[in-house]
Amino acid sequence: MTPLDFVVSLALISVAAGVLGSLVGLGGGVVIVPVLTIFYGVNIRLAIGASIVSVIATSSGAAAAYVRERMTNLRAGMFLEVATTTGALSGAYLATLLPERFLFAFFGVVLAYSSVITYRKRHEDQVLAVSNDRIANYFNLHGSYYDEAEGREITYKVSGTKLGLVLMYIAGLVSALLGIGSGALKVPAMDAAMHLPMKVSTATSNFMIGVTAAASAGVYFIRGQIDPIIAAPVAAGVLLGATFGARVLGRITSRTIRLLFVGVLVVISLEMLQKGLFP
Amino acid sequence: MTRQSPGPDPQKNVTPEGDLQVSGRRRNLSAAQVAAMEEKIRKIEFAISLVLRVGVILSVSVIAVGLGVMFYHHGDYASITGHTSYKTLTSRTTPFPHSLGQLRHSLVHGDGRGIVVLGVFLLILTPILRVAVGVVSFFYEKDIPMALVTLFVLFVLIASFFLAGL
Repeated sequence: MTPLDFVVSLALISVAAGVLGSLVGLGGGVVIVPVLTIFYGVNIRLAIGASIVSVIATSSGAAAAYVRERMTNLRAGMFLEVATTTGALSGAYLATLLPERFLFAFFGVVLAYSSVITYRKRHEDQVLAVSNDRIANYFNLHGSYYDEAEGREITYKVSGTKLGLVLMYIAGLVSALLGIGSGALKVPAMDAAMHLPMKVSTATSNFMIGVTAAASAGVYFIRGQIDPIIAAPVAAGVLLGATFGARVLGRITSRTIRLLFVGVLVVISLEMLQKGLFP
Repeated sequence: MTRQSPGPDPQKNVTPEGDLQVSGRRRNLSAAQVAAMEEKIRKIEFAISLVLRVGVILSVSVIAVGLGVMFYHHGDYASITGHTSYKTLTSRTTPFPHSLGQLRHSLVHGDGRGIVVLGVFLLILTPILRVAVGVVSFFYEKDIPMALVTLFVLFVLIASFFLAGL
């Protein structure tokens, strides 16, 4: 396979990763990392560097559309970034202290648990009408969005901000330590813990993952994990796919998005458990 | 992560208008203030989505130019069937710029891969610029709590680059 074939084929796969990532609020690393390591035989360290690029591309590509369409809860996203960026920063320096196998096994279990939680509430579309959450009220994190699939404006309240912040800190930590899985924790943190509507959760997760990834991108760049010949097709393909995915989200029902998310989450958690238990 | 019902009527989907008697609300906002705040959020949303779109289009264009230059300089890379394997470019030992000094060096020499790295760099900077625009917007709209929160995020992001040794 020549470099041209590599660039073209990887760009096409990246388009698919971008569509999926923008819909479920993940960075597409779940597709990019296994494809690079298994199909192309690329070293895992370079694959994780490409995954960081893919996360930033998905985030910026999708968020540009989601923010314009008011699907993103901008205030909640920017507020929670306090926890994700702090987590990412501390994660970059914890990496040497904690054994990677333990981390993979631990997060595999965490993600398996959140996939069960998300699956159990697949029929729920209730939003909160009132919130007693002091932080959410003080920063006015509540919001509304127009749901194209239901054809109406949905107003919702946010609660459980403290638990949300803790989960977001862990999400930032995971992103910096393992290079994958940051969106996988962000979506349940908003959907299940903070009661944001599912589509708002994936759109806001998309909005946030770019900033989380950017907080550890510097380290990956200096360590020489961002290979331009891998990053170029990934960035271009993912951007195209994410822009397309962002146009579709509004028309899909929350239930479909949840089931899609659960499917992806199960794959990631199995992947992590495998790396942790049977490396 | 169990579902709680903190409100008296969690079954209700739509918020009643002028819902202000909620406990725990420290900043009491009237309906007019909430409307004004939403108008401000619209403006901030527009600024942020503009930054993201410009960043994305710019970085993808630079990356495309970089790839074009690389394939132009290395004709053997650009064939569909050939002896040059992509693995020479994607192995752990492949040299490519991974510090600002090396990046400058390869850009001066018009190296295609250097231009790609520059494009990837612009892509990485886009979310950071987005946070910076958020800080300015929130200060401009006099939303001081949110402005301070985003300023902290910007500080952590910049610190992450300095700590990485860039």
